Amino acid sequence: MLELVIFSTLNGVLYGLLLFMLSSGLTLIFSMMGVLNFAHASFYMLGAYFAYTLGMYTGFWPALILAPLLVGALGSLVERFGLRRVHANGHVAELLFTFGLAYVIDELVQMVWGTVAVAYREPSYMREPLFTLFGTDYSIFRGVVILISILMFIALWYLLKKTRVGMMIRAALTHGEMVGHLGHNVPRLFMGVFGFGCALAALAGVIGGPLLATEPGMAATLGPIVFVVVVVGGMGSLQGAFYASLLIGLLQTFFVAIDASLADVFNALGANLDPYGEVGRISLATLAPMTPFILLVLILIFRPRGLMGELEP
Amino acid sequence: MSQDIIAPMQRTKSRTSLRGLVPWVVFAAVLLLLPVFFQGNSTAFTLLNVIGINIVFALSYNMLLGQGGMLSFGHAVFFGLGSYAAMHAMIAIDEASYAGEGFWAHVPVLGMPLVGMIAGGLVALVLGWPFCRRAGTAFAMITLGLGEMVAAAGQMFPSLFGGEAGIYGNRMVGPQWFGLELAQSSDVYWFIAFWTFAGVFAMWAFTRTPLGRMSNAVRDNPDRLQFIGYPPRNVRFMIFIAAGSFGGLAGGMAAVNYEIITPEALGLIPSGLALLMAAVGGLGVFYGPIVGAVVVTLMNSMLSDYTDASILYVGLVFLAIVMFAPRGLGGGIEQVRVAWRDGDLGRRLPGWLSGALAVGLIIVGLVVLIELAFQATHGSDEFAHVFGVDFDAAGPWGWLTVVVLLVAGGLIKRATNKLREDQA
Repeated sequence: MLELVIFSTLNGVLYGLLLFMLSSGLTLIFSMMGVLNFAHASFYMLGAYFAYTLGMYTGFWPALILAPLLVGALGSLVERFGLRRVHANGHVAELLFTFGLAYVIDELVQMVWGTVAVAYREPSYMREPLFTLFGTDYSIFRGVVILISILMFIALWYLLKKTRVGMMIRAALTHGEMVGHLGHNVPRLFMGVFGFGCALAALAGVIGGPLLATEPGMAATLGPIVFVVVVVGGMGSLQGAFYASLLIGLLQTFFVAIDASLADVFNALGANLDPYGEVGRISLATLAPMTPFILLVLILIFRPRGLMGELEP
Repeated sequence: MSQDIIAPMQRTKSRTSLRGLVPWVVFAAVLLLLPVFFQGNSTAFTLLNVIGINIVFALSYNMLLGQGGMLSFGHAVFFGLGSYAAMHAMIAIDEASYAGEGFWAHVPVLGMPLVGMIAGGLVALVLGWPFCRRAGTAFAMITLGLGEMVAAAGQMFPSLFGGEAGIYGNRMVGPQWFGLELAQSSDVYWFIAFWTFAGVFAMWAFTRTPLGRMSNAVRDNPDRLQFIGYPPRNVRFMIFIAAGSFGGLAGGMAAVNYEIITPEALGLIPSGLALLMAAVGGLGVFYGPIVGAVVVTLMNSMLSDYTDASILYVGLVFLAIVMFAPRGLGGGIEQVRVAWRDGDLGRRLPGWLSGALAVGLIIVGLVVLIELAFQATHGSDEFAHVFGVDFDAAGPWGWLTVVVLLVAGGLIKRATNKLREDQA
């Protein structure tokens, strides 16, 4: 039991950190430009594939840096020549644009790398156990992923709170026009933030690719969950996104790990559910992919502004 | 928020002259005459049936996005659940007519779209209220979650949804009406044609009702609507139910046409298809989604015969329309129509034609580029065929053609812009 709790917590936190790496970029872009980038998970996928291809020439560590840089540059180009053009037509047009972009990126990935998963794996020395608990190994790579995530968060926090650029970004979040009047180039700032957000997503892809799987469906699996994180956390709130990421990460991992059916759960609570009926038979593990969306609906009913969102006007 | 891509519908004078009937007579005539052209061509009928279903689906989607300003990523939930309801009804008809008694023994399969419609409306009625608080991005994300959740639930209750394999039925059961056996796709065509016409007409009529007008108002200015005493949430909720009903109608048509339905029909991919068709056709014109449904369905089914990158082309067309022609194909048609009516066509036509030439050259250039890239990445020995010409990715000529086409297109586009500026 203790083993299950410890490992599920570790894995849940790992998954949650990965989710936050994705949702932090998405949240930054959203709160700054008001557009929810539907293609965000596609940039995550591109990160994984770029790292896979680059890694064959450069090895894992340079790819860890290069792939996000490349994807970030690509994201900036998309903002400069695509999104900025559409911006004049309103938010719906922007959302449609990113939706189409996700569509096209998914197709291009299948065209270039094929429709089946590629063998993108962490270096072999990282598959060694970092520590062994109750006879179960925890690989070095997982430790490295947690370390990279935490380093990234510190860097993000430092960038936003302690640097001049971060100050401009924070100012532009709420008073974009005023920042423009003060002589700063707000469109360029937008471009930078969009590229930066895409680079964060790509970084998540580089380390998430070996953990989950590098296949053309990876964007479609994680994308909706990331949107749920952003809505549950409160649209535009980085802190909220952080808590929501961890919450969903833990929730999903524990649902997968616990070997029980709905009947077990409800009957333990005093209900009387037929353990062989269609509802009672459903195991918690099969419910796991649904948990983010159940959480979404609950949040919408009981706290529509999300965990940390601003009060609605 | 979306006034620019969704132009307020022009308020046509409500006169009861015969001119208003013309489009409907033409529409009916086209539906009646199509079988004459495609006699004996069952592939064509299969395709026509899919187009009919998609027309109703895309139009019902546009009730949300185009008319009501609500961007939904979960519209397939209503399509799919309507389809499931119709399929279960069809199975009930099968069983009841086998037993020879019961209510369902007297229900014709022709009425299945109504079952789907009721189911779609009920689902929207039950689920809709919490979702309609806000429009815009929040609504988009919520409907996305709804779609994912229902699609996941579809896998979880096999007795209702049939698991991965889905459920299937037989449309040749129950009482036959109008001597329609529904054996072949050419039979089914009449069924589809009837419901397409009825669905399109009903949705057009909906735009003329006070609620239809109100849905334009909640899109353009919800605050003002609230101010004059109509809570936007109530209006959105009612539109949501109406759109869900018509989505279910399309689902019921699909159940009869395909005779099989899987939980995949509930997910993001068909929802995205509805969005794609509506946006390609144009959100601001009533007939836009019809054009979009025809074009996208044709592209989806016919391009795959010629190229392996067909879905990519559909995506690129969508992106191009969002970027360069936000009013869609229907908006373009409308522009030409208005110019003609105002006697302005002669002056503006040269600009449009050279613009179209530029876009055409760029498109051909991109097509050659994609086919060459596809050949190069897949290392196939075959040449890339584009419009009957073979290109070889190994040699320079194909790539050079791409450059020439793109540069020529760009130059003509630039000249066109200058021409238009001079005119204005």
